[in-house]
Amino acid sequence: MSFLELQNITKIYPNGTKAVNETSLNIDNGEFVVFVGPSGCGKSTLLRMIAGLEDITNGEISLDGNVINNIDPSERDVAMVFQNYALYPHMSVFNNMAYGLKNRGISKEEINNKVNDVAKLLEIDQLLTRKPSMLSGGQRQRVAMGRAIVRNPKIFLFDEPLSNLDAKLRNQMRLEIKRLQRQMGVTSIFVTHDQTEAMTLGDRIVVINNGVVEQVGTPKEIYSKPNTKFVAEFIGSPQMNLFNCKIENGIAHIADMRINLNNSTNIDDAILGIRPDDILISDNGQHTCVANLVEYLGSDMIIYSKIGDQEFSCKLSSKINLNAGDTFKFDISNTLVHLFDNTNGSRV
Amino acid sequence: MIKYISSTINHLILSIGLIVMVIPIWIIFASSTHSSLFINTNGLQFFLGDNFIENYSRVLFKQSGFFNEITALKMFFNSFVMATGIATLSVITSLMAAYGLVYFKVKYATIIFWLIFITLLVPLELRIMPSYIVMSKLNLVNTFAGLILPISASAIATFFFRQFYKSIPDELLEAAKLDGTNSWRFFIDFLMPLSKTMIAAVFIFMFVFGYNQYLWPLIMTTSEQYWTVVMGLKTMYGSISDRFAFVIMSMIPPVIIIIFLQKLFIQGIFQNK
Repeated sequence: MSFLELQNITKIYPNGTKAVNETSLNIDNGEFVVFVGPSGCGKSTLLRMIAGLEDITNGEISLDGNVINNIDPSERDVAMVFQNYALYPHMSVFNNMAYGLKNRGISKEEINNKVNDVAKLLEIDQLLTRKPSMLSGGQRQRVAMGRAIVRNPKIFLFDEPLSNLDAKLRNQMRLEIKRLQRQMGVTSIFVTHDQTEAMTLGDRIVVINNGVVEQVGTPKEIYSKPNTKFVAEFIGSPQMNLFNCKIENGIAHIADMRINLNNSTNIDDAILGIRPDDILISDNGQHTCVANLVEYLGSDMIIYSKIGDQEFSCKLSSKINLNAGDTFKFDISNTLVHLFDNTNGSRV
Repeated sequence: MIKYISSTINHLILSIGLIVMVIPIWIIFASSTHSSLFINTNGLQFFLGDNFIENYSRVLFKQSGFFNEITALKMFFNSFVMATGIATLSVITSLMAAYGLVYFKVKYATIIFWLIFITLLVPLELRIMPSYIVMSKLNLVNTFAGLILPISASAIATFFFRQFYKSIPDELLEAAKLDGTNSWRFFIDFLMPLSKTMIAAVFIFMFVFGYNQYLWPLIMTTSEQYWTVVMGLKTMYGSISDRFAFVIMSMIPPVIIIIFLQKLFIQGIFQNK
């Protein structure tokens, strides 16, 4: 039995919108799971249902062996870090962290010890007497984390907690969250729309689209073997190239380009995906294209080109000398391509 | 240089305004410190006289009213009880009404709110007879409860608090829920401290409103024991300097309240800075 079990969870809002559809998921104790998907895909709704802030229309959630569908949020023993931190504006940092403990009837002395310990851990022990309005974004973020940590809950829930920080701070906090989670070993669920965050943080990633789980797997699995066209498109930066094509006897036809897939599939309406960094550029490549645009990124560069009328990009080391307007030769290895059936988007 | 000139002009305008407002009050105050005889013969005075203590203590402790049953001191006490009662009850009822309307899933909450709001169109003066009948049937004529209760709910204050609660992000409630608050604790630990400044503003408004009531206490009281300051102003038949002294003293309670709550009051009014 898993630590947190979601069984056929469905959420339908009163206005008829189906936010989450028949979602089942098992999460083990100590695991760091990331829900990732575009805005409005239902990932936050799912998280809020686990927290108890949203009613569950159908299905069952159990935590540590107990069904928690009808248990009050305060009794579930979960802690949540909100996107806008939701710090209590009229309370000092200390009281922000101590409030949940006070409500649990913990002795003053113990509260003091716990809050001070966590404050040291997060390096906010200098700020305990301040009000949230006197803190910077990063400090607020830490206080919000501290408030969650100090309660020592069964699960941490993070609802896009990094999206209000600037890029540099975001990277720093991302590392810190990862480190803290490892250190404390508390089961955590992290919601984000940023695939970099998802890849770097999660032990496992749950890709959600339109209220449906598209794929669950380790970052590596998700990246190297996307189950659906959506996952292939969503994970990875720059985006995977997807070519509409026709496959006859294991040969993919993209405009006038032919790629031998070394099998005997026949699909009329297929999608062939290849990651920009899996396109091998070499002087004796089989295919030739013109670089329409070159983006220089320092160590790498991205070349935009076209096969027929379908645009694609390839990523390569910027040591290669290639300018816009130049022709280049490349190979597409059949071991690196991803094939999807365009009628239902699933992997072939 | 331009900044200097404009600031001088600003101060000049403000000073003129101040003088225009303060001088009449000062003349009344200065006159109230002279004997009536002196004023009757010499007119209003601009400088202080030497009857200050004598005049004011006489006014405070003299039995007055139609039947000489009440002192000015007692009137001050009555007014203070009435104004404080109205202000306190208004704050409590409107805080709670707004809390209920915003945070509980009340069916037709908006309609209920507008019904409350519409009562603004029916001021006390308009419903004075029915209110009196209700109070007299409840045997509350000549009591503080009778003076206070019919004006202790404020639609405008409910409106203020409702708008403020609506501006509080939902996440605050959600975070508090996860921290184990119940509805009552959320009200006490969050909404009350967060609306501290607005409470001060509403308290001052309602205190002054209650203090200034004239018609309602006039109708609700038959015993002089329940006379208020504003009623007393009407029936001050003493000498001219006594009347001046009473007028000056009648201004003091609201001024004190404003001085003490001024900082919170201003923050409260300009909450949405």
